[in-house]
Amino acid sequence: MTDVRLDGRASDGGPGALLPSARPVRFLTDAGAAARPRPRYPAPGPDLLRRAYRAMVVGRRFDAQATALTKQGRLAVYPSSHGQEACQVGAVLALDDGDWLFPTYRESVALVTRGIDPAEALSLLRGDAHCGYDPHRYRVAPQCTPLATQTVHAAGLAYAEQRKGTGRVALACVGDGGTSEGDFHEALNFAAVFKAPAVFFVQNNEYAISVPLERQTAAPSLAYKGVGYGIRSERVDGNDPVAVLAVLAAAVEHARSGNGPFLVEAHTYRLESHTNADDATRYRADSEPEEWRRRDPIARLEAYLRRRGHLTDEDVAAAAAEAEDLAARTRAALNADPHPAPLDLFEHVYGTPTPQLDEQRAFLRDELEAEEVQS
Amino acid sequence: MTGPEPVSVTMAQAINAALGDAISADERVLVFGEDVGALGGVFRVTDGLAAKFGDDRCFDTPLAEAGITGFAVGMAMGGFRPVIEMQFDAFAYPAFEQIASHVAKMRNRTRGRVELPIVIRIPYGGGIGSVEHHCDSSEGYYAHTPGLKVVTPATVDDAYSLLREAIDDPDPVIFMEPKKLYWSKKDVALPARTAPFGRSEVRRPGADATLVAYGPSVPVALEAAEAAAAEGWDLEVVDLRTVVPFDDGGVAASVRKTGRCVVISEAAGFAGVGAEVAARVQERCFHSLAAPVLRVTGFDIPYPPPMLERHHLPGVDRILDALDRLQRDDEPDTRYLDLDGAA
Ligand SMILES: Cc1ncc(C[n+]2csc(CCOP(=O)(O)OP(=O)(O)O)c2C)c(N)n1
Ligand SMILES: [Mg+2]
Repeated sequence: MTDVRLDGRASDGGPGALLPSARPVRFLTDAGAAARPRPRYPAPGPDLLRRAYRAMVVGRRFDAQATALTKQGRLAVYPSSHGQEACQVGAVLALDDGDWLFPTYRESVALVTRGIDPAEALSLLRGDAHCGYDPHRYRVAPQCTPLATQTVHAAGLAYAEQRKGTGRVALACVGDGGTSEGDFHEALNFAAVFKAPAVFFVQNNEYAISVPLERQTAAPSLAYKGVGYGIRSERVDGNDPVAVLAVLAAAVEHARSGNGPFLVEAHTYRLESHTNADDATRYRADSEPEEWRRRDPIARLEAYLRRRGHLTDEDVAAAAAEAEDLAARTRAALNADPHPAPLDLFEHVYGTPTPQLDEQRAFLRDELEAEEVQS
Repeated sequence: MTGPEPVSVTMAQAINAALGDAISADERVLVFGEDVGALGGVFRVTDGLAAKFGDDRCFDTPLAEAGITGFAVGMAMGGFRPVIEMQFDAFAYPAFEQIASHVAKMRNRTRGRVELPIVIRIPYGGGIGSVEHHCDSSEGYYAHTPGLKVVTPATVDDAYSLLREAIDDPDPVIFMEPKKLYWSKKDVALPARTAPFGRSEVRRPGADATLVAYGPSVPVALEAAEAAAAEGWDLEVVDLRTVVPFDDGGVAASVRKTGRCVVISEAAGFAGVGAEVAARVQERCFHSLAAPVLRVTGFDIPYPPPMLERHHLPGVDRILDALDRLQRDDEPDTRYLDLDGAA
């Protein structure tokens, strides 16, 4: 039996049907012209692209603001996604409201794109709470730092949705480095065996802190990792927002319609150091980020949309204004000192605190009262 | 004979020197892990090693702690002496399977035929303003696993000497580096040699009570002893240095002398290393004790976000408070009585 897949290739049930394209899927040239040959994936419509443009402009400004606030000591640490906006925004716009996102520490821009308040989105990195937002409200799992551990959760959550018949999908973000962890492989296998509607979205930004991609894998592409597990896999130009949206839409559709998981590798680049605490000049040449700046996702989409008459000067100005507005809200929120309550330490360790925790809370309360008296 | 002049060295530099000297001294010694090569580690502890000794002696691996550790097991079986780095305490957890099931047990399983001279370096503990998963005090997991030696330096010269000894040791050693002491400095002449594994060290002699501490808590204990001196307490501070093997003799000698003991540890107190110390002291020194052995530890909670960590970590005030409860006047400790009565 042969059915025709979204990208037009025939599926005969053999491994060939699972294989990614030989080159990353791209709709846009580096300059934002239409790339040839045209990919077989349906192109996203202008409305979605305009939304993506706006969200990327807003996201980049937010990221720059968070970086600036970190320099001012307002955040404990900040991992920038500068240059990865197409992926950050694409991951969110590919999902419906009911779908779940499993982000890492690098996904701050994805979180605000999802509508999470900037202060809540930055709580972890600011250091006032481990997770500032309500995961159930936004269907966004807590940002995950232990690498790749969230991918297995996404597989499980997707399977839960499938069991309930909700038609919801879970999308897990993971980095190139994270694909080396055992958990990533277990997630792929579980999702595939249980045909869970999960999308694994690898942002291959060429580095895991200082370690370049060639030290992570000898495979021709990280997307090949799906094939061994029986997972349909694809690679995409991660700085081409049109391609990211097109491929993620196909991946989500594939998962939602009961075909099991899908793996997408997005080729992108981390323009900044790993975090503000890192110094990328220790391990890569300055010329390298310069190369990648020429493939700027925002500039590419802007050129493309303008050429087609889908983006006007007013639209650009409106996006910039929205970005400034979010930056201002972010500054205001982060410049106010949060006052996490010390006694909260004992909340939520268990549903009902143990007697020992009650005892320890009483110790701390006495201590705080004594401090009060002294000051 | 004149040795090298002492110079100011940080703990991170001392560890770096120990790694370099071990690489020079023994061609079987290899350093590997995440970001240990060109970057020199996120704490710069392996800074310059790859450049100096070549990237066949110090190299980056794929990002997988179970892989790094299992690979080290195989390399050790093949005759090398791997010194591996876990980037942070909580990121060693993927390796726990390899550590608990293989690293710790290989000698025993093979009736001594297969030795695993592996050192697993783990930066640990809090107090540096880091976000979750970067501040765990995970020493208890390892100390509770027979077959592992668990070492944690509190001073710069100990960091050098204990690491050299760990690398030379035929058994696997979990080498726990207190992150907040990486930048602590001391004038030392390297290569320094201090007391061997299994020996605690009196960091401050005193007569009234013993503070037992290890790793990041040692400077806190010393600070508390200074503060207590102003209140008329003459405290002895004992640095365990190696949790496994444990220096029962040294600790007991101190407590028998002072008659009182407070154990200090950043880790959650419940079922932790501090509990082990307290139990051993009580077993050995019961008739010398004028008061129950107290613990000053982190609370039994997941490590808090950085803005709250100061409320969690055992500090000078909590230690002084414990001293006040050491029952100089033979009254029972009301702190517990009240609460137990209320429960
Ligand atoms: C299990 C685990 N090991 C190590 C780390 C420390 N660490 C944090 S980010 C990082 C690199 C991750 O690289 P990648 O997966 O490519 O994601 P990127 O940071 O590039 O987005 C490392 C080693 C961690 N967070 N979790
Ligand atoms: Mg990466």
